[in-house]
Amino acid sequence: MGLCVRIIPCLDVAAGRVVKGTKFKDLRDAGDPVELAALYDREGADEVVFYDITASHERRDTAVELARRTAEEVFIPYTIGGGVRTADDMRAMLRAGADKVSINSAAVQDPDLINAGAERFGSQCVVLSVDVKRREGGTGWEVYLNGGRVNTGIDAIGWLVEGEKRGAGEFVLNSMDADGTEKGYDLALISTVAEKTTLPIIASGGAGGPEHMVRAVEAGAGAVLAASIFHFGEWSIAAVKEHMLGAGIPVR
Amino acid sequence: MSGLNVVVVDYDAGNTLSVTRALEKVGARVDLTPDPERVAAADAVVLPGVGAFGDCMRKLEERGMDAACRETYRSGKPFLGVCVALQVFFERSEESPGVDGLGIFPGTVVRFKGGGLKVPHMGWNQLDLVREHPVLDGLDGEAFYFVHSYYPEPEEPADVLGTADYGIRFCAAAGRENLAAVQFHPEKSSRAGLRLYESFLTWARGL
Repeated sequence: MGLCVRIIPCLDVAAGRVVKGTKFKDLRDAGDPVELAALYDREGADEVVFYDITASHERRDTAVELARRTAEEVFIPYTIGGGVRTADDMRAMLRAGADKVSINSAAVQDPDLINAGAERFGSQCVVLSVDVKRREGGTGWEVYLNGGRVNTGIDAIGWLVEGEKRGAGEFVLNSMDADGTEKGYDLALISTVAEKTTLPIIASGGAGGPEHMVRAVEAGAGAVLAASIFHFGEWSIAAVKEHMLGAGIPVR
Repeated sequence: MSGLNVVVVDYDAGNTLSVTRALEKVGARVDLTPDPERVAAADAVVLPGVGAFGDCMRKLEERGMDAACRETYRSGKPFLGVCVALQVFFERSEESPGVDGLGIFPGTVVRFKGGGLKVPHMGWNQLDLVREHPVLDGLDGEAFYFVHSYYPEPEEPADVLGTADYGIRFCAAAGRENLAAVQFHPEKSSRAGLRLYESFLTWARGL
């Protein structure tokens, strides 16, 4: 059978509750993150990702407590993102039970954070996540910071190539153009990154249903991430997997 | 649940907490300890592990745990190894030349190589049983979560309990007498993984 494509519910967390904004605004409450993650584990999710979406600009570090609580109830790999500024932050989250730490703005501001994380904990623990938007009036994508509030003007593909060299273990590609639309992932972004790098790609932003996930895998993603369609019951993990299996994609 | 004294060896391996939580979830009373004497007093022993082969052996040796592991095997107590712990039960690894493993299974640990193969092998893959074992009862064909760049090449075919397919077919589970070890992470493998830990406890009660 070989390696399975991973289906990953993403839980945006603010003030200890799961939320999901459309284009990062209009937050809605979708429950306790640990309970929800344990439910996804039982339903067949392959991993869970938590993002503390308030952490980056408020510089809070609440994610360690979330990692610790999750370890008691969740028996699939989980990633914590948000609030990670230093390699010691990463260490604290990994020791609290997280399998991987996702870094985004902090890595752009201090790229050595990627090297430090890879050297101390191994590349498999270091997920490089990017929020990107198509360049206005041009080609390619630009990297945004702090949950999409700040445009750095940095070329996303160049940044990811550098991130791989520095020791990242996988990428989360979050398309701000697609996020919240439920009209599908940014396939051009996925296939471009797949062409220029060799790391596993987690597609993020825009999932409206399993057909979008099939297309993301065909474009080169090894995992697909989604939030709203799972949190609000439009699709179950099992139904998504059944569909993907029908399309010839190996899933657990 | 029973009064079985399950020791998880604490030697600064990264997955100690999650292994402990999973055992507790299936009803074990866990003694998480860096003390070789408490390993000697255990009814059953679990050796977790992540990281490099050489680091893992050095950390065991610093704590006198290498001798405690050999003694656990000799004593006939149920003994389970997870991830890098599977590898250190072999004699040596390409990852750390010159470092002796525990040497219970004859053979060498080698790196995945080959065109287009992403290393580490990370994600869910299917376990295919080669022979029946109480710890793997009912788990033939189930998917488990793997994260590793190296895999063992056992010299003794009878030591192989199960395999998985990643470019090549590699040994994902090995066992001999009272020792069973798996390359994947049962503590991260949801229901199938919890079932493995539960089966380990059942096996331990029977040994």
